[in-house]
Amino acid sequence: MEQSIKETFREKANKGLGVNPLDAKISKSYLSVAFITLLIGGILGLVQGLQRAGLLELPAWLNYYQVLTAHGILLILVFTATFTIGYLYAVLSHTLGGLLPKVRKMAWVGLGLMLLGVVLVVITILMNEASVLYTFYPPLAASPIFYIGLVFVVLGIWSCSFGAFINYNHWRKNHRGQVTPLYAFFAMGVFILWFFGSIGVTVEVLTLIPWSLGWKETINVMVSRTLFWSFGHTLVNIWYIVAISAWYVAIPKIIGGKVFSDKLARVVVILLVILNIPGGFHHQIIDPGISESVKFLHVFMSTSIAFPSLMTAFAIFAMFERAGRKRGGKGLLGWFTKLPWGDVRFLAPMIAMIAFIPGGAGGIVNTSNQMNQVIHNTMWVVGHFHITVGVTVVLTFFGITYWLVPFLSKRKLTPQMNRLGVIQTIIWTVGMIFMSGSQHLVGLLGDPRRTSFTTYGDHEIALSWVPYEYVMAFGGTLLLLGVIIQVYAVFNMMFFAPKGETEFPLGEAEENEAPTPLWTERWSIWIILMLMVVAMAYVVPIVDFVVNGGPGSPPIRTW
Amino acid sequence: MEAAKTSTPVENKEETSLKGTMVSVLFVLGVIVVMWVGVFWLYMSRV
Amino acid sequence: MHRLEEIWLGLSAGILILFMVIVGYQTFALGMGPPSNKENIDPEQVDQTAPFDNPGVKKVGENEYEVVMTLQAFGFTPSDIEVPAGAEVTFTMTSKDVVHGFQVAGTNINAMVMPGHIQEITHTFDEPGEYLVLCNEYCGAGHQLMSTTITVK
Repeated sequence: MEQSIKETFREKANKGLGVNPLDAKISKSYLSVAFITLLIGGILGLVQGLQRAGLLELPAWLNYYQVLTAHGILLILVFTATFTIGYLYAVLSHTLGGLLPKVRKMAWVGLGLMLLGVVLVVITILMNEASVLYTFYPPLAASPIFYIGLVFVVLGIWSCSFGAFINYNHWRKNHRGQVTPLYAFFAMGVFILWFFGSIGVTVEVLTLIPWSLGWKETINVMVSRTLFWSFGHTLVNIWYIVAISAWYVAIPKIIGGKVFSDKLARVVVILLVILNIPGGFHHQIIDPGISESVKFLHVFMSTSIAFPSLMTAFAIFAMFERAGRKRGGKGLLGWFTKLPWGDVRFLAPMIAMIAFIPGGAGGIVNTSNQMNQVIHNTMWVVGHFHITVGVTVVLTFFGITYWLVPFLSKRKLTPQMNRLGVIQTIIWTVGMIFMSGSQHLVGLLGDPRRTSFTTYGDHEIALSWVPYEYVMAFGGTLLLLGVIIQVYAVFNMMFFAPKGETEFPLGEAEENEAPTPLWTERWSIWIILMLMVVAMAYVVPIVDFVVNGGPGSPPIRTW
Repeated sequence: MEAAKTSTPVENKEETSLKGTMVSVLFVLGVIVVMWVGVFWLYMSRV
Repeated sequence: MHRLEEIWLGLSAGILILFMVIVGYQTFALGMGPPSNKENIDPEQVDQTAPFDNPGVKKVGENEYEVVMTLQAFGFTPSDIEVPAGAEVTFTMTSKDVVHGFQVAGTNINAMVMPGHIQEITHTFDEPGEYLVLCNEYCGAGHQLMSTTITVK
């Protein structure tokens, strides 16, 4: 009893006094790493785009595939993970009354492990010892140091995941009978999915290390590929939960509205956690060795994942409509114009949401069984993930920085910085429309992804792709400009903006909403259901691969 | 399901129209259908 | 739950299920499913294992062909294939080294070819012309050179 009075007092003190400086330091460190990584990854992206269109020749010591490996790993893994941790640790700190001292230690340990891992990975890539791309499919064999580096990155993320679990459970113990703050619930979903989703790929990488060292003669190629995609697919939905956490909780406050339904938001998180991992085969629809039935099961699971997103679409639009009508919007769609389009904290996530309309639609196409043959490994896929992660996820992240960074740094978001943010958002959007748009189209014409500049001997159809590749390069140039502005904005807000108080936007529920039922907090049940569904989708094929797998492949280096 | 509201019977958010939301999500569904049918048509044309 | 929300969720779920029914019917009733062959092979013994000890284009019926093909960084064997218009061609393929992708631009021919596994995909080449065959799965420094042609007369 006394403990919980102390807790409540500490929480109120925190909210009154603003961010805990020790916690802020953690988040700012992670965010700094994130945006430095974004800058490097973005530069690599433009280098790639120019080379791909035949507009740039790389020096002898740097080939396209090294650049591609680095661009992928730095942005998909390092940038997203460090941003996520910086952001969600701030969320946990703010909504749960501060981080526990041991959780802070775990966050710092996590950062150290991740940085060590990144250094090892980047060194091997620069030495051309790991030109295996972000997916590192065996029998392509990188230096063992590359895989060891990846293990350290994952261990760092696990450290932060466990820290989050500890802090969350501590709050629950001291608030028996209460549901957790919604924002913290989202964070819990993210870290649960991160931990469980990465077990498969960790097992894979741990088997690759002895193989690349020569201690194990052969590797089972299908098992490796399958374990990778059990993670690779989950990762994108992890990003999605991170992004929608801001849509559900922060945006309502920013636009002067209310959270549409606390309970529905939690149900969406639970569905995403349970249904996610067993969709990995939609990346393997045209693989040999997997029966059509098992593939179709995964295809069905992947399609079912669209459902929480469709629920989200309704909830978010409803939240907008209620807020817009309260601000005087009339008629069927008048509320739309009443939203604060000039506020970058709204504009960026809003464009992110709109981008998910074609982005998610493309995903449904990709997972539609044999329709996958039209687009697999073509530039269409590249267009797809640039619009989904590059706009929906990343533009939401950018939008978050405009309140999160000033909040953590005890500074203000100035009107000038807001305007710069709006400009950056527009540049980013235009760049992505050109780049992702042309990628979608040229992919349908057959242009392959992950391929250095080529016309396949001046073949007529390959030559027809080149104009689209010019458009991609143009889009990519705008994007790098956007990256530079965004990185500048983040560090400006962190160190140079005028001092002051910035609000942490926490949406409130509608007045007469029924309280959220406590059963939503039964994480042990959700985890069990998740594991059961994973077993349903993976046990049969993986056992099949292992038992009927044949001798396997030795390490091969083709670069 | 909800407890009867006996206080001020002034119109509250219960009455806010969600027709605009419905139109918006139907637009989303439209994009999904158009994109799917488009690629399906392309697939069938190449069969 | 708001009535409009119920309608929305029911309608969108219905459309998604419709999509699944269409592709499911095509796969399981019409045999149009994605390439999913389930035979294995020792990836280090490809040249000694039938039918890959004799790769090439074989006529197996009236305008029906089988192309037994090995993929290797960075080429296809056989290459520069020629078939008559209207030919139904089944490609039986394996990799001698790393994972490759077999794609014929402008067609639905798109299949992963993995070492240790035999993959199969069938297509009827109705339109004459010169088709570009390329590897669409990164396989090394010369990946962008890995291509050949299929000429349909």
